[in-house]
Amino acid sequence: MTTTSDTGQHRTAEQIGHTEQGPRPVPGLGTQRVAVQPDTLDTVLDNGLRLMVVRQPSVPMVEVRLRVPFGSDDPARPATAELMAETLFTGTATRSRVQVDTDLALVGGELGAGVDPERLSIVGSALASGLDRLLEVLADVLTAAAYTDEEIGRERDRLVERITMAEAQPGVIARKALQRRRYGDHPFAHEMPESADVAQVTATQVRELHRDAVVPRGAVLVLVGDIDPAGVARLVGSALEHWRSDRTATGMTALPEVTGNDLLLVHRPGAVQSQLRLSARAVPRTDPRYPALQLANLAYGGYFSSRLVENIREDKGYTYHARSGIEFTSTGASLLVDADTASDVTAAALWETRYELGRFGLVPPKESEVESVRQYAIGSLLTAMSSQSGLASQLAGLAGVGLDAEWLRAHPARLAAVTMEQIAEVALEFFAPTAFTGVVVGNREVLAAQLAAIGGVELS
Amino acid sequence: MPLPELHRLTLANGLRVVLAPDRTSPVVGVSVHYDVGFRSEPEGRTGFAHLFEHLMFQGSESLEKLAHFRHVQSSGGTFNGSTHPDYTDYFEVLPSAGLERALFLEADRMRAPRITEENLRNQVDVVKEEIRLNVLNRPYGGFPWITLPAVLYQTFPNAHNGYGDFTELEQANLEDCASFFDMFYAPANAVLTVAGDFEVAEARDLVQRHFGDVPARQVRPRPSFDEPPPSTELRSELVDQHAPLPALAVGYRLPDPVTDLDNYLHYVVLSSVLTDGDSARLQQRMVHQDAIVTDVGTGCGVLGSPLDARDPDTFTVTAIHTDDVEADRVLGVLDEELDRLAGQGPDADELARVTARWTASLHRDHDRIVSRTLAFGSLELMHGKPELVAELPAKVAAVTAADVAAAAKSMRPDGRAVLILKPAGGAE
Repeated sequence: MTTTSDTGQHRTAEQIGHTEQGPRPVPGLGTQRVAVQPDTLDTVLDNGLRLMVVRQPSVPMVEVRLRVPFGSDDPARPATAELMAETLFTGTATRSRVQVDTDLALVGGELGAGVDPERLSIVGSALASGLDRLLEVLADVLTAAAYTDEEIGRERDRLVERITMAEAQPGVIARKALQRRRYGDHPFAHEMPESADVAQVTATQVRELHRDAVVPRGAVLVLVGDIDPAGVARLVGSALEHWRSDRTATGMTALPEVTGNDLLLVHRPGAVQSQLRLSARAVPRTDPRYPALQLANLAYGGYFSSRLVENIREDKGYTYHARSGIEFTSTGASLLVDADTASDVTAAALWETRYELGRFGLVPPKESEVESVRQYAIGSLLTAMSSQSGLASQLAGLAGVGLDAEWLRAHPARLAAVTMEQIAEVALEFFAPTAFTGVVVGNREVLAAQLAAIGGVELS
Repeated sequence: MPLPELHRLTLANGLRVVLAPDRTSPVVGVSVHYDVGFRSEPEGRTGFAHLFEHLMFQGSESLEKLAHFRHVQSSGGTFNGSTHPDYTDYFEVLPSAGLERALFLEADRMRAPRITEENLRNQVDVVKEEIRLNVLNRPYGGFPWITLPAVLYQTFPNAHNGYGDFTELEQANLEDCASFFDMFYAPANAVLTVAGDFEVAEARDLVQRHFGDVPARQVRPRPSFDEPPPSTELRSELVDQHAPLPALAVGYRLPDPVTDLDNYLHYVVLSSVLTDGDSARLQQRMVHQDAIVTDVGTGCGVLGSPLDARDPDTFTVTAIHTDDVEADRVLGVLDEELDRLAGQGPDADELARVTARWTASLHRDHDRIVSRTLAFGSLELMHGKPELVAELPAKVAAVTAADVAAAAKSMRPDGRAVLILKPAGGAE
């Protein structure tokens, strides 16, 4: 062994990579302990709200997720809904904006709201000892949010600025273009309102929307933390007693299935990198083919050791970020394939991405690929569920499609049962290059000639 | 926060080890923190520490290219690494059956990473894509973590771009890699952390088995990166090709986070009093009352988290505002609010809120095994005190109104850097 001295002598890279002993065998896996199944309660309250409570006392905190289905075909909805979510916590009949935040802060609490074409989501957490205070603030906001003219006016201006900011982000530009490409004018394509529409929204419209659509029946509240489920159910029942409505929360109109099409080139002047965004139809978690599709997606591009990442990142160096994923909606699911890549290799990266799609169906994952994704899916689920926030988010997502903690518990067994034949079938059916549509966002002047040459891209 | 169970040991080769058993969930986290970050990279090689982090994933004596990723993921695990001003970390989180495998993977690349010309060229391309994604192709890319230190600091280690210049990245060669590895990646320059579901005795044996024969190498004493603080207000402007709205960033020097921790925490509390939540001072004043900014934020540490670096460290204020507001107006309001705090300090209620939110956010972080593992490792590396994780809430709770007032008073215009970001103006 050579010792590094202060004179800066060092070994060569070749020397560093070798020891006298030589390569060693990789150790096998030990015995896996199974996770303790936590106390869980899943019930529907008097006001129609579904309540899921899980005791997971890893830290003295509680995580809160409230999801209210929030679909609408009204073209004015996205702007009103976005402004509503921005101002939901800006005061109630009895609390000022500052008081709302002060009351939460004193119990280490946070609450925030977000809205998309499918749902209103409230996400928060607090010290478990402060759950009563957090619920009190939540109930106050749900039943008596004030939406004062002053707060609406100021937040409206700010929202317009934030939309301007978001619209400069390449990822946002690409997502918007993809939504339009695959879903046309369906409400799901309008994830972010237009600034001009936001500028027109009045406080009265926001208040009416809250009254009509922020309702408990059809919504789900998930609480995970260092809490006692039965006691918490009583606490929630009384805290949210006055949150009532004759209406039922309504979800989004069903989405059409994604159908294959040429990609659309969207020009972004001055771009030095392009966004590839491809999409195809998929099946939701309630479908018997879902576990096979979940594993197939991982093997294609859903984790680092996938065909897509090993090809266009680790072999070719075309990208830092490439991945595929399954996007769930309340009525279905779609496949997404994303990569961000320098302008001069964009067409080449698209070519390889398509090549891997084609090859995926024709040369389906072999046993080592399947076993790897199976262990990854089971193991990463275990890790995700080991934190309160991870478990709460998982459950809130499942509840939106009528699934529950039991589904999550049984999922490793479903993954274990998937056969190679089932994966080969979904690989051929769902990953066919012709099943995909999508967009390429980038500098047209640099991209057009090569994209025209490989074809399958509408240069617009 | 209750003190977690912690065991510390040092192997004969100098590797420091932190074991933090916690059987709540059947998962483990393994991390290695090396005591080298982008402040230590040589002049003419900006971005090298981060590039080298990428290379450490490209194989080692027992592992072909791609094998590291495959072994972690086929064990049900996830992995990553990150480069900071003063350290570089590598980690895996896996179902607990994968503990020995993770230790093996980390030991193998600590002992004998396989650094080849082909992998180097490939990862230079990947890193350039990462920089395009996070800096060059987006609005406010690298603002202010890359651009503000260049104004506040004068010496290369503190002032340069840690992501790196493309030309310098392209010049990196195997000689640089070998020299960097031998100088900084010695076991005595690293901390191994294991957290989660394991038996302490078994983990000790496994650590000894896999890391015990990594040869010891001499570690040179770490240089100080200290430099005098500015004695006048330093100003600079930059044009952002993609930004739709102007912005400004203000940087102040902080007390030494290691030798003067209590004083440093006064600024952590000050930051929360200024911007944490709707009831915070600058949120109320700048966003809601005067409505001069779209968003404002403050924080200790250039990468956004406190206690993430050694001295010198930076207190940062960033604000995005509309065209009709002058940067100096925002600065004027900042100074007014600092003056007000310097005069009267925060009230008891404000301090109680900060303490509760801090405690809660530490608990939340601690609940994610990856954050917990990394926190133990970085605190051991820089402070020699992993238990600091559990002591921070009490330390934050002990900060008084007078402490915060004194911190606010110290933040004078003539000791700061101001960076003004202007949109290129080209409508996109």
